[in-house]
Amino acid sequence: MLNQVTMLKETASQTAGPYVHIGLAPKQAGFDIFENNFGNVLTTSQTKGERIVIQGRVIDGSGTPVRDALIEIWQANAAGKYNHPADRQEKDLDPTFRGWGRGCTDFETGTYTFETIKPGQVMGRNGRVMAPHVNFWIVARGINIGLNTRMYFSDETDANSKDPVLNLIEWEVRRKTLLAERIEEKGQVIYRFDIVLQGQNETVFFDV
Amino acid sequence: MPGPIDQFGEFLQRDYSVHPPAFAPGYKTTVLRSPRNSLISLQQSLSEVTAPIFRPEELGPLDNDLIMNYAKDGLPIGERIIVHGYVRDELGRPVRNALVEVWQANAGGRYRHKKDQYIAPIDPNFGGCGRMLTDDNGYYYYRTIKPGPYPWRNQVNDWRPAHIHYAISGDGWAQRLITQMYFEGDPMIPHDPILKTITNEEAVRGLISKLDRSAVVQLDSLAYRFDIVLRGSRATLFENRLQGAK
Repeated sequence: MLNQVTMLKETASQTAGPYVHIGLAPKQAGFDIFENNFGNVLTTSQTKGERIVIQGRVIDGSGTPVRDALIEIWQANAAGKYNHPADRQEKDLDPTFRGWGRGCTDFETGTYTFETIKPGQVMGRNGRVMAPHVNFWIVARGINIGLNTRMYFSDETDANSKDPVLNLIEWEVRRKTLLAERIEEKGQVIYRFDIVLQGQNETVFFDV
Repeated sequence: MPGPIDQFGEFLQRDYSVHPPAFAPGYKTTVLRSPRNSLISLQQSLSEVTAPIFRPEELGPLDNDLIMNYAKDGLPIGERIIVHGYVRDELGRPVRNALVEVWQANAGGRYRHKKDQYIAPIDPNFGGCGRMLTDDNGYYYYRTIKPGPYPWRNQVNDWRPAHIHYAISGDGWAQRLITQMYFEGDPMIPHDPILKTITNEEAVRGLISKLDRSAVVQLDSLAYRFDIVLRGSRATLFENRLQGAK
């Protein structure tokens, strides 16, 4: 038997369950309790950058939309800097942009929406620049441990082709599951990003 | 020399032996909601070691008091309890300013949620959610009503043990965690299909809060202690390659 360094064990994950909205989005559960609610709009009128809408659905292994999912996103600002002290890149912070939002899939349509800005490029490991991307975290009934993925932008072909994380995915055919399609509708830029939990075109999920 | 990176290094690799697998057929909903492919493991970048920062002024004064934060014309019915504990990382260091969010059913096992149709009634004075930030020692506390067990459609006779849901946001996106806290001595714990998705006994014990007689408020509230461990961040001793920009 080896002597091992003793560490604490991470607390085990459990599903968020069907009523996750009570704690994380009480208005969606059907009541109003907090004065300040965290939501799916990441911008204020002062936020710098190109306004975009991210929209999509979460699909289960039968092709059915998951209507009780909760999604959080985390992204850099338009200059490619995260609003966090560990980001020591020499780039400007945007004090009006936290970079985080929380949304839910609609109980009827199964669609989620975020109003945000398109992030800039962030420096990756070993001096390799990452393509613009938004980090996603998905929880729901039937998901035992939150699923991490990334959304990239279909109109960033050149940056995407050099992205160190996309290039880590050995199955080239799976990389496209992380690309959101750019649509322009009534003067609005919408990126369509469906997340497939299982089966054909299953989204790539990461162990971060 | 590395500076603040010591505080925000990469997070230790996740030890999946303490977690439930994605596919766990005893909990039926996981069958169609679990990926069939393996997760792809990443070396962390700034995207994974950073996370949103929350400020105390964003929370209301009653946000951590579930007994009072939805009371309309009286107090909620049920066992008055305090739940408290520390949020640490795997290396034992306090996680400061972590956002801890909790939600639960009322004393009868009924959730205030438009999709919950259980026959047990809503308590007009109980909402069932709260939130708080940990202090400099990683300490958090809130006050609530002990939730009741409730039936759910898995097998027709399945009931959840009394539990409180937790979501914790720490220093890095890689630490993001959702879990559930149970109560010491609950006889339904060994029968719960959701808790049984975890095969590691020590990990299951880690989700069970303990009666804490040292923290009771006399003639008022019982107390339970529940500590949480998030992934540890490791100091970068000899190189600083994560911060490729500098």
